[in-house]
Amino acid sequence: MSERLYPVTLQVNGERVEAQVSSRQTLVDFLRDSLRLTGTHVGCEHGICGACSILLDGEPVRACLMYAVQAEGCSVTTIEGLALPDGTPGPLQDAFCETHALQCGYCTPAMIIASHALLEANPDPTEAEIRDAIGGNLCRCTGYQQIVEAVQLAASKLAKGPK
Amino acid sequence: MKSAPFEYIRPETLAEACAVLEEHGGDAKLIAGGQSLIPMMAMRLARPAWLVDINRLGALKSISVSDDALAIGAAVRQCVVERDPGARANLPLLGKALKWVGHVQTRNRGTVGGSIVHADPSAEIALVACVLDATLVLEDSSETSEMQAREFFFAPMVTAIAPEQCLTEIRFPVWKEARVGSAFEEVSIRHGDFALVSACAQVALDADGLCIRAALGIGGASPFPHALPEVGQMLVGKRLDEKVIVEAADLAAGLIDPDGDLHATADYRRHLARVMAARTLAAAVEDAI
Repeated sequence: MSERLYPVTLQVNGERVEAQVSSRQTLVDFLRDSLRLTGTHVGCEHGICGACSILLDGEPVRACLMYAVQAEGCSVTTIEGLALPDGTPGPLQDAFCETHALQCGYCTPAMIIASHALLEANPDPTEAEIRDAIGGNLCRCTGYQQIVEAVQLAASKLAKGPK
Repeated sequence: MKSAPFEYIRPETLAEACAVLEEHGGDAKLIAGGQSLIPMMAMRLARPAWLVDINRLGALKSISVSDDALAIGAAVRQCVVERDPGARANLPLLGKALKWVGHVQTRNRGTVGGSIVHADPSAEIALVACVLDATLVLEDSSETSEMQAREFFFAPMVTAIAPEQCLTEIRFPVWKEARVGSAFEEVSIRHGDFALVSACAQVALDADGLCIRAALGIGGASPFPHALPEVGQMLVGKRLDEKVIVEAADLAAGLIDPDGDLHATADYRRHLARVMAARTLAAAVEDAI
């Protein structure tokens, strides 16, 4: 069965993207399957696990709970968009490595998206605020403690300015 | 876990959206934040043939404060209400309830009206609407009607809204007494999960500390958000000390008839309702002083 396609134009990691999508293609499937931006992961596909978190116009949202066609005119940032201009990991990503805040890595891109949004809005969060900000993201490996430590480390590094 | 195919429409005006609903009736479904609808579509519990996206309708996106009400457009996102100075100043209870709604990511998309029409029995916004008896404004192609929140909810995900109607605005009453306090609490397995039981209280006290008005409701323990006006009436004219609050909580627990399920037995839900009713009433009194 051929489905009707709908035009959509959006910004993804600063680049303009024009595409034709089926109405039912979720934004995360569009990012992964059409744009090959596979850093954003698909977990539960119904809004529970948070693995597909992206920034939509700067705010973290679940990309499985939006159809791609709905992103018309929006600006999307994925984990790929958080790297430094030379392609190396940013300070928050470094902090995740340093504190061993990942094991299998499945939740990690979304954890970094959620933490990045937190630090943009609140550069000096309390531990409770960090736990609240990542509260919508499930991790089955770490027990969360090292993730909280990573965000604390990144916050303190960012406060001191670029290295 | 992929939605069934559907035709997507993004109307520019409310009239256009209502015209689509009029034409397609129960085959069409409005989508705002989609934080409940899209999971249902992914699991194919919902299979609308037409999906009408009302996210771009400016008419449904304003927040305004009048003398006695806070009017919130149905498509206002929950995160916007959390930050809105008018909402925070006039209806702090809604902000307290929103802290329990999903997570940051879902509140960034989820809307106030969407939560109400979805009508999950444990929904926090719907409970606030029932406790304060908010006015719901419903529009279709030919007319605008109003309905009180306490008459809107029938059963889990079943409401009085007709297939051709769009909820456009929710008017939450603003209590003007000098000393008003409120509280919202819930117990769930993990924060952001559906509440096993939630409780929501608002009280107004006079200068001597006697209760002028009180409202209490329990969520998650009935097939709909359960306002308990009997409890409010019982508290009027009294000093809300520990003894009175315990009596009110006992009354509240007796007025509900919870079901048990995998997550909690009926007895445990009733126990929680009693504890949470007392806790929110005490916190609301504390807040009012």
